[in-house]
Amino acid sequence: MSEEKKKKGEETPFLAMRGIYKDFPGVRALDDVDFSVKLGEVMALVGENGAGKSTLMKILTGVYTKDAGEILIEGEDAQIVDSASALGLGISMIYQELNLIPTTNIAENIFLGREIRGRVFVDKKEMHRQAKEIIKMVGLDIDTHILVQDLSAVQRQLIEISKALSVNARLIIMDEPTSSLTETETELLLGIIKELKKKDVAIVYITHRMKEIFEIADRVAVMRDGKMVTILDGDKTDTSEVVRHMVGRNIDTLFDKEEAPITDVVLEVEGVSTKGFLKDVSFNVRRGEILGFAGLVGAGRSEVMRAIFGIDKRESGVIKMNGEEITINNTVDALNNHIGFLPEDRKNQALVLDLTVRENITLACLKALSKYNFLDKKREKALSEEYIERMRIRTPSMEQKIKNLSGGNQQKVAISKWLATNSQVLILDEPTRGIDVGSKKEIHTLMSDLAKQGVAIIMISSELPEILGMSDRIVVMHEGRVKGELMREDATQENIMEMAIS
Amino acid sequence: MVDQREQTVVEKGSNFLKKWGLSVIRSNSFRIFIVMVIMCVAMWLVSPPFRTANNLLSVAKNFSTYAIAGIGVTLVIITGGIDLSIGSIFGLTGVIATMAFVKFNIPAVPAVLIGLIAGGLLGLINGVFIVKFNLPPFIATLGMLSIARSIAYIITKGYPVVGLSKGILFLGQGEILKIPTPIWLMVVIAIIFSIFLNKTITGRRIYALGGNEEATKISGINTDRLKLLVYSVGGVLYAFSGIITASKLGVGQPTAGNGYELDAIAAVVIGGASLTGGAGTIAGTIIGAAIMGILRNALVLLSIRSHWQQFVIGWVILIAVILDQMRVAKK
Repeated sequence: MSEEKKKKGEETPFLAMRGIYKDFPGVRALDDVDFSVKLGEVMALVGENGAGKSTLMKILTGVYTKDAGEILIEGEDAQIVDSASALGLGISMIYQELNLIPTTNIAENIFLGREIRGRVFVDKKEMHRQAKEIIKMVGLDIDTHILVQDLSAVQRQLIEISKALSVNARLIIMDEPTSSLTETETELLLGIIKELKKKDVAIVYITHRMKEIFEIADRVAVMRDGKMVTILDGDKTDTSEVVRHMVGRNIDTLFDKEEAPITDVVLEVEGVSTKGFLKDVSFNVRRGEILGFAGLVGAGRSEVMRAIFGIDKRESGVIKMNGEEITINNTVDALNNHIGFLPEDRKNQALVLDLTVRENITLACLKALSKYNFLDKKREKALSEEYIERMRIRTPSMEQKIKNLSGGNQQKVAISKWLATNSQVLILDEPTRGIDVGSKKEIHTLMSDLAKQGVAIIMISSELPEILGMSDRIVVMHEGRVKGELMREDATQENIMEMAIS
Repeated sequence: MVDQREQTVVEKGSNFLKKWGLSVIRSNSFRIFIVMVIMCVAMWLVSPPFRTANNLLSVAKNFSTYAIAGIGVTLVIITGGIDLSIGSIFGLTGVIATMAFVKFNIPAVPAVLIGLIAGGLLGLINGVFIVKFNLPPFIATLGMLSIARSIAYIITKGYPVVGLSKGILFLGQGEILKIPTPIWLMVVIAIIFSIFLNKTITGRRIYALGGNEEATKISGINTDRLKLLVYSVGGVLYAFSGIITASKLGVGQPTAGNGYELDAIAAVVIGGASLTGGAGTIAGTIIGAAIMGILRNALVLLSIRSHWQQFVIGWVILIAVILDQMRVAKK
């Protein structure tokens, strides 16, 4: 009898997703994904950024709707159309940025939207009594009148978990729950998760931290490029096997990397730190070199560049250009020192969408095109014409508003803006993200050309093949620090990824 | 051979005209210009007194001060900001210039300059609060609205400044070639600032700042300095408008310009500027001010009670913005 029951439990896991497809304009985000979790099981979900983990979970919690496939809860077809229906089925997700209201107290947060009412008013006494019971489930024994803003990071996590339990969640999804926790806090949280397992709660644990995976996960699901690559047994696997599956993509695309003479150091960065994040970041880049910056999203790569470029404040650190120390307190200083910066968010940070192609190309070099503040429109037009031709920007005319161009052409305009200032150091943050294959290739060719002309290029990319294909040297970052450096010939997807995740 | 060359030159010329014509017709200012023309034609037909040169000149003279203040706030609005202290700076600087002239016997030109400088400083203070203390423009200028008005009362003890004489009166009551001085001043200021916005790199940067502050900053442009500039220039123009008005009325009133900010902003919005920044033209603002001026005049000539004035202007603002949004959405 009991064996039969056990067998039945194995046959029908709490959650089973089968053949899930999801397309976004231009990309297949999920491609025939199968996924399942049993009650009392911790399923780790890993993959590079953009592998499809979040999309899969968002389908499960009703944020997105699937294009095809089925979702079974305890063997029965489940209709998840919005977050309410997901909650109704016992599925709760705890997001990285927690959904608590900092200025209200613990009890009010737990009962948000389902306050306990007396005859007319909220029955605060009863609410606090019940809240106290609820947080005890996760081992918290504190006054429920405390405001959430006064809690520590792990306490907030626990409040979220207890809130999920209080609505009878049977499957709790945690999205990188330990990313903002200290080591002891992490231990505490992992302990609670083990307790939850005993209470027959199913848990999906999204993380990049291998150590935690091997401590708590029963199984490890690995995703890559929208596909479920494999599901490994937690006891029988190790970091290098997981990493191999995460990155095991063939580098079939050829990169237009051409050898350029690499000469003296142009930019030197020593010991850059920012408040509460970057710690002692140092690196240098040489004329003619393409320096790749690898790491997970949130590792601090963009933050380093923003700090160097004078957008964010530095707490410490020295920046040298051609051997001499320079002061960069704002973006004007950076521009004057011949540094160019293409931010990752093209629409919000790189371009002024309501201006024309011409106006965007010349935005950073207006001074050079003017006399007594009056703009020389002839020269401006000539310069725009030159870049439209050289970069092969496809636009009906230079007077076209930039917002009407394709992503790839917009990116070429954004890069042209810096070329027009004669940058010696060009920082490119995710230069080919979200653009078509043709433009991508063109941008890679351009990077090689610029390197040959003696420009030092710093390229941040979350695509390992791009990092490997284009970089002469690779800096790997992890949680605000430089984890290590690899030369082109020594770098592999595996050793970069291992540095990036642990 | 010569013929051929001439022909191509002519073709080029007509091509240019065609292009230029098209761009004018497609521009937002042109659309509201048509609205203004329609209003004028309608009034022309129904109201004989409207047609008189005197009436037309007085309409233009009346809206010219709105237009001058409007030009100032156009710059601010293009950067994505707002200025609520227009009316108070207008009132205070009108009082300062007239007091300098009457009480301290300072000649007209320096007296006016003192008023303008005071306006610039008040605007600069707005800018400092916005840039250095990170206040939203709405809050910073709301504070100034209250403070500047209060200073006007304090320095005049609440009494109007009277006894203006010839020199300073020329600004508001004089004529050049039979056209009232305020109209000339409006035209000159409009031309200067059109050139500033369209031909200088600072002008280009002001549009870029309003279109996308972050991207403009990352392009190595000192956005803080641009903001200080537009609020200061705004202050100077509100002051100019206030001093002309004081001269027009022959008295420096500490209460002058109460609520003026709303009319000036309305002119800018009717003129096609976007309160989210990045768009707006001087021509649009002038036409916006003209439409409001013609409306006021029309209501008087058609003997509609003055109580209805604000009602009609309110609707004009709403309709102008809705039409503009529909046009943008269509695109």
